[in-house]
Amino acid sequence: MKEQKLHNYFQEVLHAPVGRKGFLKYTAFSGAAVMLGLSSCKKDHGSGGSTGTTIDVGSGDTGILNFAYALEQLEAAFYIKVNASFYTNATTAEQAILSDIMNHEITHRDFFKSALGSGAIGTLQFNFSSVDFTSRTSVLATAKALEDTGVSAYNGAGQYITSSDYLTVAGKIVSVEARHAAAIRDLINPLSADFAGDDVVSASTGLDFSRTPNSTTGGPSIVATANTFLTTKISATQLP
Amino acid sequence: MKALNIIEEAYSEEVIGKNFSRRETLTKGLGFGLKAALAMIPLGILDAVGNKAKAGPTNSAIVTVLNFALTLEWLESTYYKMGLSANSLIPAADMVVFAQISKHETAHVALLQTTITSLGGTPVASPTFDFTAGGTYSDVFTNYQTFLALSNAFEDTGVRAYKGAAPSLLGAGAVLTAALDIHSVEARHASEVRRLRGLKGWISNAEPNGLPPAIYAGEDNTTQLNINVTTVTTAPAISVTEAFDEPLAMSAVLAIAGPFIVS
Repeated sequence: MKEQKLHNYFQEVLHAPVGRKGFLKYTAFSGAAVMLGLSSCKKDHGSGGSTGTTIDVGSGDTGILNFAYALEQLEAAFYIKVNASFYTNATTAEQAILSDIMNHEITHRDFFKSALGSGAIGTLQFNFSSVDFTSRTSVLATAKALEDTGVSAYNGAGQYITSSDYLTVAGKIVSVEARHAAAIRDLINPLSADFAGDDVVSASTGLDFSRTPNSTTGGPSIVATANTFLTTKISATQLP
Repeated sequence: MKALNIIEEAYSEEVIGKNFSRRETLTKGLGFGLKAALAMIPLGILDAVGNKAKAGPTNSAIVTVLNFALTLEWLESTYYKMGLSANSLIPAADMVVFAQISKHETAHVALLQTTITSLGGTPVASPTFDFTAGGTYSDVFTNYQTFLALSNAFEDTGVRAYKGAAPSLLGAGAVLTAALDIHSVEARHASEVRRLRGLKGWISNAEPNGLPPAIYAGEDNTTQLNINVTTVTTAPAISVTEAFDEPLAMSAVLAIAGPFIVS
């Protein structure tokens, strides 16, 4: 149910400029890329088609960190583009928030690259043609979706991490993503319950949303969703 | 629905022969503390499956951590109930924010109580609180800025407490996930309350912003996994401190909460 709502954010975001057909095409393609990744598992990670190769994030703790690294690359690239030219009528306060978040995501990205060392996946290429960077609505809706996705991804991956140190560092990052999510949500709908809205935090248990990389409960997986923004597709065939 | 999915996952993992111990499978389901879900676990079937235990905390170790968390949730839930019922304390415009936070803290109390009981433990009863901390914050329920400041303190401390406790839940399956799912909710709260105070939603350096410095001790750390992160990124040093929230040990958290707990 919450997954469906998250999915809907992306659909909203993607719907405007690309159109529904375009979105479906994106989704279908990313689905195919994941399938390709699956079928080529443990051999090479084969070509994802004419738009580039599919990079598998790997297995175990390294796989989880690489998955996080991919998401942080995506977030950093998005906010760099947001900051390169702010949407129309962005207030000083909004610019300050978006600039801070950009720097946090760059920090996360660079940290993971360094921590993973030779085990790191490469630098990903992005396609943000679905986002209208001149539109406050489009930018903030995309930011909200990315932040909520980040929170749910770290929360969902946590129990599969075997290293205590990695679990702690993931915890250090996920709470910052949650701070971002709340701030972005408050920009969209100020002084409402949305900063921790019932769409992401269960009203009955008070639990935030968590999701494993490939879970398709209620909508496309996090991997597939990330792939809608990726020219270089990723897969996580060795993770849950 | 979410709990049911978890149960289904745990069950199908058993069926396909992954090596989950019975206890671990139980904790996977019980983390969500729902009695209805509990009733759905086919214990007999799980018993019949191989019992190659993976390393993980014992139920009693998990209960200790969850009772620590429950103490903090009692503190928060009591605080917001009192705040929401205090006359002309919270401005009308901000009521919806605190109603939402209060709803979550109350839900966390109930969830932790049920989970602790399900694990064979005894949930701690609510302590008696003195939110003036012996008179230090005497206007906490009459001055909105004081109320906001302590809310900020409790939320940021809550984030640090769950983060500090997470490693001791390593291997506890869905209990760990539930703890992480609470942890990020506390962070959402912290961000919102900080912004109501006119602060950034994130913590710069170890700035206490008028609160006891112990609450932010160590938040200026820039070394993660032995990497001095300032040397591997172009982001400014202050952003590096903001980009990572730091954990606190249980003893440090209890020292912060102590002045508010009477018994």
